[in-house]
Amino acid sequence: MNETLVAVLAVLVKAVIIVGFPLAIVPGLIYLERKVCSYIQGRIGPNRVNLTIGHIDYLLPPSMRGALPVGLARFKLIPGSLQPLADGIKLAFKEEIVPAQADKLLYFMAPVLAFVPVATALAFIPFGTPTWDAFGSGHVINLQLASANVGVLGLFAIGSLGVYGIAVGGWGSGSKFPLMGAVRSAAQMISYEIAMALALLSAIVTAGTVDLQAFVLHQATTWGGAGWLMFKQPLAALIFLVAMFAENNRLPFDLPEAEPELVGGYHTEYSGLKFGIFFLGEYTAMILMSGLFVTMFMGGWSLPLLIDPYATGGLNALLSAGVFLAKLFLVLGFQIWIRWTLPRFRYDQLMSLGWKKLVPLALANLVVSAIVLTFVS
Amino acid sequence: MIHAAHDDHGHGPHAHGDPEPAPGESIADRTYVPAVLRGIKLTLARFLQKKFTVEYPEESVYDASYADRGIGASNPRHRGEHILVKDEQGREKCVACLLCMAACPALCIHIEPEPAPAEWTDRERRPKVFEIDMLRCIYCGYCEEACPCDAIRLTPKFYQPTTSRTERVYDKQRLLENNPDAQVPQRPRK
Repeated sequence: MNETLVAVLAVLVKAVIIVGFPLAIVPGLIYLERKVCSYIQGRIGPNRVNLTIGHIDYLLPPSMRGALPVGLARFKLIPGSLQPLADGIKLAFKEEIVPAQADKLLYFMAPVLAFVPVATALAFIPFGTPTWDAFGSGHVINLQLASANVGVLGLFAIGSLGVYGIAVGGWGSGSKFPLMGAVRSAAQMISYEIAMALALLSAIVTAGTVDLQAFVLHQATTWGGAGWLMFKQPLAALIFLVAMFAENNRLPFDLPEAEPELVGGYHTEYSGLKFGIFFLGEYTAMILMSGLFVTMFMGGWSLPLLIDPYATGGLNALLSAGVFLAKLFLVLGFQIWIRWTLPRFRYDQLMSLGWKKLVPLALANLVVSAIVLTFVS
Repeated sequence: MIHAAHDDHGHGPHAHGDPEPAPGESIADRTYVPAVLRGIKLTLARFLQKKFTVEYPEESVYDASYADRGIGASNPRHRGEHILVKDEQGREKCVACLLCMAACPALCIHIEPEPAPAEWTDRERRPKVFEIDMLRCIYCGYCEEACPCDAIRLTPKFYQPTTSRTERVYDKQRLLENNPDAQVPQRPRK
């Protein structure tokens, strides 16, 4: 096979993985969210809609029904694991209500705008080693879809477009509450993007690169493989983590959705699958931000002693993808955990925290890092 | 978090010369970090502890093994399903006086009297039909209060789920045989 064909094939396969990934794990995340929520509240959570081969004893004649062991006859893989599917079916069959005052084009475009940029930005996240020798054929494949040397900037440039989905949704609904929700939401996301970008700058200064794959390599090769920026830049990591919650509109910063004052926020007028796509976009944004945090602060797909960043073996590549996934779920789980722990901020507190604390802190951190690095190197 | 408003003018009422700042005013509190750590520790403990859910109707709150969850014993004064009380000879005590039917605010009791058999010397009538529509019943206990013969009682037996409405109309036989102690979980506790 010639080089071009392999490259095109590799990109296609990676694209399918990147696009399919959020669609595949968002139901799992929803399930996780509901389960963690109920466990923290002392409940069991969804356990009725099961992935099951259960009740197969009903296929037998009545006299033989006791013969099968109960564990097999009523086998349930993960209790309640099909609940997200049931939720999805419910959403799909809901009536699609379009407000009479809605701007039809913007109204229909908004959910797409909220999902597509975020899913596209996932392409910049490296999910495995850069040097996988594809099945020993001599073709080296980088386990990252878009290996741009300005990865961080590209990711932010595209990922930030997600704000438009929210703003356009609020505007296009032709209704007051969604508009106010969208304005508030956009203000929040733009404010925290500043703190987040400044925190990232400290990390970029430390690693000396904006290429995400190089970021992981930097972390995997310094400090004996544990040179994670989380340890080198703890303050930047903390600021990024806080800003991440605000970017994803999650508790304690879930101001866009405020029942007492804004009803449902920007998606008040959305029903059925259009609301479902907003929902999907929100969870995909969560995956994107967690993936970015893992890549930039938690050493990405690297793990000391287990993964050799320059090896070409298939097992090594598979393991690195597994490590990335494990770390990703760690961060996602942490986000869910925090959601069911903290109460929400008031809007002025949110802005005060963002502009008066996080931004100056991140700036100071950047200056100090720059000075220290100048004298160290 | 309430005190965070003081951040706006830089110092709270206890900021000067007070060795122990008020809650929410100390540096640690203003960063929110210790409070958040305390919070996630608490929710982690909650996450790991035993759950309170009773998976009704497969499980029952009457299972004594739930005592560790603060439930598992029925309150003897709980007003649940009715029983028709029997006398020493195994006959229903009811004399079909229709007082409970009259007292019932939900009109859920239906009684058709018939003459008692000649050998029952202590009464003239007995119910031929005695039906209680458990879906209409509001479990107020007025029937129990109205009854002059202590023939009808509300027991702590919990509402049993059924798949059809007709099953919720209890006839005389079922009310006589209704056993308040027969409420056991239909599957063993995990």
